[in-house]
Amino acid sequence: MKRNPYRTQKIAFAILFASTVLIVLPVGFIIIFIIQNGWKAISWEFLTAMPKMGMRAGGIFPAIVGTLYLVFGTMIFSIPLGILSAIYLTEYAKDNGLTRLVKLAIINLAGVPSVVYGLFGLGVFVLFLKFGASILAGSLTLAIMVLPIIITTSKEALDSVPQSFREVSLSLGATKWQTIRYSVLPHALPGILTGVILGISRAAGETAPILFTVAAFYLPKLPNSIFEQVMALPYHLYVISTQVPNVKIETRYGTALVLLVLVLTMNLMAIIVRSHFRKMKKW
Amino acid sequence: MLRRQITLKAIKEFIIEKAIYLSGLTSIIIVLLIFIFLAKEGFAIFKTASIKEFLFGEKWYPISTPPKFGILPLILGSFYVTIGAALISVPIGIASAVYIAEVAPPRTKEILKSGIELLAAIPSVVLGFIGMMTLVPFVKKVFHIPTGLTAFSGAVMLAFMAMPTIVSIAEDALNAVPRKYKEAALALGATRWQAIWRVVLRAASSGIMAAVMLGIGRVVGETMAVMMITGNAAKIPHSIFEPVRTLTATIAAEMGETVQGSDHYYALFAIGIVLFFITFIINLIADFALHRRKT
Repeated sequence: MKRNPYRTQKIAFAILFASTVLIVLPVGFIIIFIIQNGWKAISWEFLTAMPKMGMRAGGIFPAIVGTLYLVFGTMIFSIPLGILSAIYLTEYAKDNGLTRLVKLAIINLAGVPSVVYGLFGLGVFVLFLKFGASILAGSLTLAIMVLPIIITTSKEALDSVPQSFREVSLSLGATKWQTIRYSVLPHALPGILTGVILGISRAAGETAPILFTVAAFYLPKLPNSIFEQVMALPYHLYVISTQVPNVKIETRYGTALVLLVLVLTMNLMAIIVRSHFRKMKKW
Repeated sequence: MLRRQITLKAIKEFIIEKAIYLSGLTSIIIVLLIFIFLAKEGFAIFKTASIKEFLFGEKWYPISTPPKFGILPLILGSFYVTIGAALISVPIGIASAVYIAEVAPPRTKEILKSGIELLAAIPSVVLGFIGMMTLVPFVKKVFHIPTGLTAFSGAVMLAFMAMPTIVSIAEDALNAVPRKYKEAALALGATRWQAIWRVVLRAASSGIMAAVMLGIGRVVGETMAVMMITGNAAKIPHSIFEPVRTLTATIAAEMGETVQGSDHYYALFAIGIVLFFITFIINLIADFALHRRKT
């Protein structure tokens, strides 16, 4: 009997579709599950009070504040460095061995496990530079971790600006930097912004790099300087779900929900910026 | 007056360009620094344990006296979880990339892509938490085993985390195949599926290979979810339904309790070196596969 190729196609497409559903459906399920179980814990007190009774009662305010501090610190270090580095690669780097080495380094950085960044942060910032476990050490570690994300996406954004834009500006007598500043960067900005937001949202949700560089197990107060430890949302979720017995289930789901909302809001912002950019693109 | 303005501008430009050059080199400097610091802290362990004892020793008892620093159980733990996750995520991931790139209508495509992006955005500690709450009890009940905290649970959860990487990179590879390949196949009377299976997939194979490698790299380096759901038993596993402990989880779980400068502390940094090399090689292979595609 001869096989009917159209029936084979039908079966094949059904399998492909089923595989996709197998990935996407659980995502929706996870998010709905967390919202359903977590919203009961959410109250004004939960968001703005200090934890009490060894984290079994009270709120998660210091963890929220800690994560915001870390996000802010990460931005300060990673954004300028990442964007300048991308500008170097697209506008200045010549096609030589050094450039190849820089690209290889970025690829390698993107693949380094987050816990190894944690070790690096511990070795360099906490011990060698004697920052101690602190906001400063944690922010620097996270900044280095997100650097490859910011560089790669910014580079793509800069590469997508047509070469003619640069040529016109240079032919009018503008210097190289003026050309980059006024004819290239403005057009690449939305793409760069998308990458920056995605990188930062990654920093907000990571746990392993902050384990030994900043995160405090239980510290019911706000930090006074960048040389102090803070609590952080992802580490707090880890602690109350594995290290502390008898924490109410709602408290755990509530913490997961707050973290999820924070990270997904950032990602949503990135998606909006990107789709807006696509509509505006004129060339 | 005019000249002063010009020189000021020239100085400003000079400084900016130097800053750009320096930033361009940071990536290299950071990679070197990571290696130097891991080596500085990690190689000290080889004064107490030989490289062979460290890599192939079957016992990881870092705090007993005398301590034993054999990381074979941890390597096997990582290996089991990684292989399990790859077996699940590679076929499903590639199938879904093909569906999104070649079959899905445009609107469905956008929805599916955002769904997968959403998955990539969920922090690993949240996925680990959900795994603890749902998957772990489920595995325990279905397979009638004393604990659901096993290599198998870890593999399932990690497969899920590797999929966004595999799908998005494989999809890029499929989109990069010139349209005329497919059109030529269709013009010769092939069905859409035959064109995809025999022409497009083959043309995209090295890009798909890169996607698989990067997905595996993600799995090897994953820390929090693994630590929360694989049971953390540092002994040589005999089946995937036993608790294991991975290289990453060992560092994360034990570093907090070590004393700086102790053998245990050095041993954990040495594990960091091992991880650094594994991911370095995986990324190198992926990069090689991607570049072969372009030429």
